[in-house]
Amino acid sequence: MTEATPANFGFGEDEEMLRDLARKFLDENLPITQLRELVALDSDSAYERGERNPWDEGLWKKMVELGWTGLAVPESSGGVGFSLAGIAGLVEEVGAHALPSPLISTLIATFVLRESENSGKTLEEIAGGRAASLAITNAAGNWDPCTSAIKANEESEGVRLTGAAHFVQDAFKADFFVVSANLGDELILCKVPAEATGVSLSQDHIHDLTRDQGTLELENVLVLADAILTRDGAKALDRAWPALLVIVAADLCGSSEWQLQTTVQYAKDRSQFERQLGFFQAVKHPLVNAMIDIDSARSLLYHAACEFDQRSDDALAAARMAKSQASDAGGFISSRSVQLHGGYGFTWEADVHLYFKRSMHNQALYGDGAFQRMLLAETMIGPLK
Amino acid sequence: MDSVKLSQEQLEFQEYARRWLDENRPPPAPVRIPITALEVMTEPQRDYLRDWQSKCYHAGLVGADIDKKYGGGGHTGFQRLADTEMSRAGTPYMLNIIGLRMAIPTILVHGTEEQKLKFVAPALSADEIWCQGFSEPGAGSDLANQQTFAEPRGDEWVLNGHKVWTSLGHFAKWMILITRTSRDHKYDGLTYFISPIEDYPGVSVRPLIKMTGETGFNEILFQDVVVPDNYRLDDVGKGWTVAMTTLTYERGAAEGAGGGGGDEIPPIDQLIELARKSDRGGRPASEDSLIRDRIIQQAITDKAMRQNRRRARVSALCDHPMRIPLQGKLRDSEFMQTNARLGVDIAGASSTLYKLDPNAPDAGHWPLAYMNSYGQTIAAGTSEIQRNILGERVLGLAKSK
Repeated sequence: MTEATPANFGFGEDEEMLRDLARKFLDENLPITQLRELVALDSDSAYERGERNPWDEGLWKKMVELGWTGLAVPESSGGVGFSLAGIAGLVEEVGAHALPSPLISTLIATFVLRESENSGKTLEEIAGGRAASLAITNAAGNWDPCTSAIKANEESEGVRLTGAAHFVQDAFKADFFVVSANLGDELILCKVPAEATGVSLSQDHIHDLTRDQGTLELENVLVLADAILTRDGAKALDRAWPALLVIVAADLCGSSEWQLQTTVQYAKDRSQFERQLGFFQAVKHPLVNAMIDIDSARSLLYHAACEFDQRSDDALAAARMAKSQASDAGGFISSRSVQLHGGYGFTWEADVHLYFKRSMHNQALYGDGAFQRMLLAETMIGPLK
Repeated sequence: MDSVKLSQEQLEFQEYARRWLDENRPPPAPVRIPITALEVMTEPQRDYLRDWQSKCYHAGLVGADIDKKYGGGGHTGFQRLADTEMSRAGTPYMLNIIGLRMAIPTILVHGTEEQKLKFVAPALSADEIWCQGFSEPGAGSDLANQQTFAEPRGDEWVLNGHKVWTSLGHFAKWMILITRTSRDHKYDGLTYFISPIEDYPGVSVRPLIKMTGETGFNEILFQDVVVPDNYRLDDVGKGWTVAMTTLTYERGAAEGAGGGGGDEIPPIDQLIELARKSDRGGRPASEDSLIRDRIIQQAITDKAMRQNRRRARVSALCDHPMRIPLQGKLRDSEFMQTNARLGVDIAGASSTLYKLDPNAPDAGHWPLAYMNSYGQTIAAGTSEIQRNILGERVLGLAKSK
């Protein structure tokens, strides 16, 4: 760490104020009872009937009015140019409330756009409240940012794209996509509006009730020259990758802390053998272990955010550590949250499954803990022959 | 290091400490030095480490934040800088760890002016070594079950009892200890004393042999040991409160100790180096995916603990002020244990070799470190007790007793 690195991770008064405001706003606008009513009215709608998970567009409009879509947008494009450390604080609250919204996918797309030279106008649209999502993953779910299955062909007006991107997050909430495509040996990034000719979306049938996911099919979609965001997409994605991992890790940290506190409360409220559950060390000690794991994840999260904000060479390694720890901490507290709620925890009626599923989705997204560690080993120990 | 906004004075001190350590690096130890001060066994080890602490003290790197009239440097925010610089320089740890981290802070909180003037300076310089008499055969995790009895006799007290697990007892001039002064109240019947140890009538120090076959800690018997009343710390019946102060410092949950943050956590590089030179199925262990994953897990935990210390000072990112500090002892000790165990596994066939076997990798460090690590997960409140404390004090769960 260099001497210039701030001791407080760059998390100062402004960042704290935004986080506290987000907490208050979401406490008021999306209490758990309301979230249940929104996404878990009956178990058949999402799973048996395959209906798209609902979300509250009115709430999203309020978030846009609060300026949250413009947080990561540079001031030169009409945004706030907030630090990743500050955004991590906001996203922790989003995770703690299991908020269904395109905020996460839009923030992630914003960080990729920030690394793309021809993205000024697109960033302005985001600051104005348009939602975006990355479309860069192939059918195998390869998390390598540069394995697009979309082909680009050069034309006089721009390029034409054909192919499909899978595992697109909150695809049905996005106004446009940031699509990676192979133009010869180059990987380019393009802006593709959801309503453009030749674009079709198909919905994945997923477990998580607090988001949607889909496959983006492109058939000869015309992208005009000014919608080509960069011709060095590999560089843009590489540079933005730590931010993407940090944002998902922040959502995991927030949901994990909710799971911990909710389970702790249950261990105080529920009695068996004339004792509160928390009296028993078989209940108490796993909760302490979960707390320790979550604390590691949060500390690594803000460290990684700060390294990214400082443009440190260690940002990617720090972000992989944060994602690894946040994924594993999320997996552990998810497991304990259901188990320690006992018979009730296994029911649809208990709230813990909402967070269990959101967390499980996030654990896998962009690579789970073991996957991050495999890549860390490549740099820290050396490549495997 | 996590840089803080340092004052001009602190920056100058940091620069001075760095330069002094660079210019005054001690000669290599003539004998093998154990991993922590609590395992120091022999006189040559003691003398080497005592000289080093004394030099550091006279250079101002020990006791830097302690009041000048008690022999300290009288500064603010210098000790953490000195500790960091010593860790960074990789110089030996401070021998008088119980004096620095437990006795001095406890005396400064609970002692009389006379006690502060008498005890603090010689502890800082390591002229007088300290040990701690908390554990007894019947008082381990149930620390308040103390049976060493102190009976008043005029201006004096007569002590009878049996202390165990006494690290550094064989070199100690003084002991901080808890005694029972009333059998009517479990907690309010405790009183805290300082007792002379070395060559003192009625005190016998006997070595205890650890599971490794090494000595390094002791049992100490008190038979009609007479201690003056002005060696009592705080009031009669206040022993539990004073003991909690000591434990807060021992578990690293409070700043303000005398210094000597000697327990530098072994860097992950050592494990990687070992893995590169260890065979596993015909290729280096560093190419085994499971070993790689375990090493990286350790690297992540190591980084997380360092970043925890950083985050603990950012109140906006801490929901409960004691949530991270109370994890320190548990996490450090379990990290060391996991680390040493991983070293054993990586060493493979060679992990069977004792330190005196010429083929033992890293001079037999890993298996001994692994076995000795249980000292850390048991001492100062077992890991099980630490989890109770965290569950009760931080999460607010019902008390498990």
